[in-house]
Amino acid sequence: MIKTCNHLTKHYGKPNGWSLDAYEREGGYKAARRVLTEMTREQVTDEAKKANIRGRGGAGFPMGVKWSFMPKQAPAGKPMYLAVNADESEPGTHKDRTIMEENPHSVVEGCIIACYGIGANKAWIYVRDELHLARERLWAAIKEAKQKGYLGANPFGKAYPIDIVVHTGGGTYICGEETAMLNSLEGKRGEPRLKPPFPAQAGAFGMPTTVNNLETIAIVPTAFEMGCDKFSQQSALHDLKDGGCRLYGVNGHVKKPQVIELAVGVTMRELIYDIGGGVTGDREILGVIPGGSSTPVLLPTETIHAPDEKSPLHRFHGVNVLDVPLGVDTMRIAGTMLGTCCVTVMAVGTCPVLAMENLMQFYRHESCGQCTPCREGSAWLKRVVTKILDGESSMEELNELHDIANSIMGNTICAFGEGTAMPAMAFLKKYRKDFEKYVRGEKTRKDARLTVT
Amino acid sequence: MPFALSADRERELTEILSRYPTKMAATLPALHLMQEQEGWVSEEMMIWLAHKLDVSPAHVRGVVTFYPLFNQEPVGKHQVWVCRTLPCALRGAGDVIKHCEKKLGVHVGHTTKDGKITLRTAECLASCGTAPMMQVDKEYHENLTTERIDQILEKLQRD
Repeated sequence: MIKTCNHLTKHYGKPNGWSLDAYEREGGYKAARRVLTEMTREQVTDEAKKANIRGRGGAGFPMGVKWSFMPKQAPAGKPMYLAVNADESEPGTHKDRTIMEENPHSVVEGCIIACYGIGANKAWIYVRDELHLARERLWAAIKEAKQKGYLGANPFGKAYPIDIVVHTGGGTYICGEETAMLNSLEGKRGEPRLKPPFPAQAGAFGMPTTVNNLETIAIVPTAFEMGCDKFSQQSALHDLKDGGCRLYGVNGHVKKPQVIELAVGVTMRELIYDIGGGVTGDREILGVIPGGSSTPVLLPTETIHAPDEKSPLHRFHGVNVLDVPLGVDTMRIAGTMLGTCCVTVMAVGTCPVLAMENLMQFYRHESCGQCTPCREGSAWLKRVVTKILDGESSMEELNELHDIANSIMGNTICAFGEGTAMPAMAFLKKYRKDFEKYVRGEKTRKDARLTVT
Repeated sequence: MPFALSADRERELTEILSRYPTKMAATLPALHLMQEQEGWVSEEMMIWLAHKLDVSPAHVRGVVTFYPLFNQEPVGKHQVWVCRTLPCALRGAGDVIKHCEKKLGVHVGHTTKDGKITLRTAECLASCGTAPMMQVDKEYHENLTTERIDQILEKLQRD
């Protein structure tokens, strides 16, 4: 069901919509003021849990629960930190940039509430280097908030110092992995760390740290202003603890690609046809990638398999994947992941083999190289798909592709390995016949296209 | 002449250092600052930074070689990055790249003979909703058409 919201997007496209004046005119900073002056830290984390905000970075972990992992007391004389992940780099994901550019004060206010809730006095916002305008707007917002006394030694008159620093990456996708991001923040190569210890135990600079996605933080003021329970109830999946509203994206072969703020529970069909204006050239759908290139592709003919009557997801049993509300758990049971819920649409006419080659080139380029299965596997996958497209491969090699992908799974320090292998296996399984045509020479690279009209 | 930061940038580096609990944490922002001045990061600059931050030159070298946005050799005056990844490719990034190559007379990864423009492809620039797109220096250009690309590139060529 489409329920449009404009909590974050109300400032989008307006002249100076990113300024403090515009933000406060619409009720901005009321939530942070109330939280800091009227609530205790425990009350903040308890309230935050009720919002049922599932992490917007892709993994979907409940934000409030994550906040509660932080130590009650900082280790003697040591700081605790909030680290905000704005390294948005996954192909198909284009939502965080819009918040930073058009509504940066929501991020600043979210940082204030989150810092107070987790017991931190400093927030780091890690922004990928390419987003120059986004960083400029964030710094400007921080400066404005400092001048107003909303940040600094006594925010809103409360003796609870809060500072925010924007940090710059260096053009690597892997720094979106939370521990790689922390290494990069410390001035090191962005190589993921082994867990445990988890960031809440030893994160940035070895101190307890909560890592949240930027959209997760940006929506926090809205949740506290509305009341977290009421915020959660906007969602059609409130009972599954997947609450509130979020930014949905639609891109690829649709007539009107865009980012839009909707209550959780819109379906992919609604997103593609009602929001996105339908498929380019009124074609049929070949496949949809639900939320970033690491989430396995879905065919438009797939249905949900949830035969267990006791499962709360049973109500979606047998429903077409395009018609279930887009949520963390519904996409998991569809055999994929919600990810960042920016849907990439591929129309009939797209060559799935070429699409896979495009994605595998991305993963080969972005593997940090620490773990052999990922470093070698991602390059191997790319090499074989290229050979298939060039008509230089064999059925044996095509069969091997699945094994290569499978050997990456579970054998790496971080989830990048799975993020490479899962979409690869989905493409191979779901478009097997197309791959075979190239192997048999019935099609050549000249026939392969990614654009349609 | 030995490498030195301009007075303004030197002040900025001091400010950057004050933000972090360790000097090492300033490695990336400092490298950006240095590259902004010189266009690339030389061996000499890496050693300079290592002394400045009390870290080993190997550490700085490790960082520079890890992050693709640090240029390890001189590049053109302007940087053109065309996003080539799937969502852009579905909307014609392949043709954008070909058009840029033809217009500039260089292949991806190379700099025009006059040293003005370096053409490269980028991995997803978080602009999938406004594809195809390219980044020119610090600016994004979205929803590209052939005419728009020509305007943008011609302006750079004139500069």
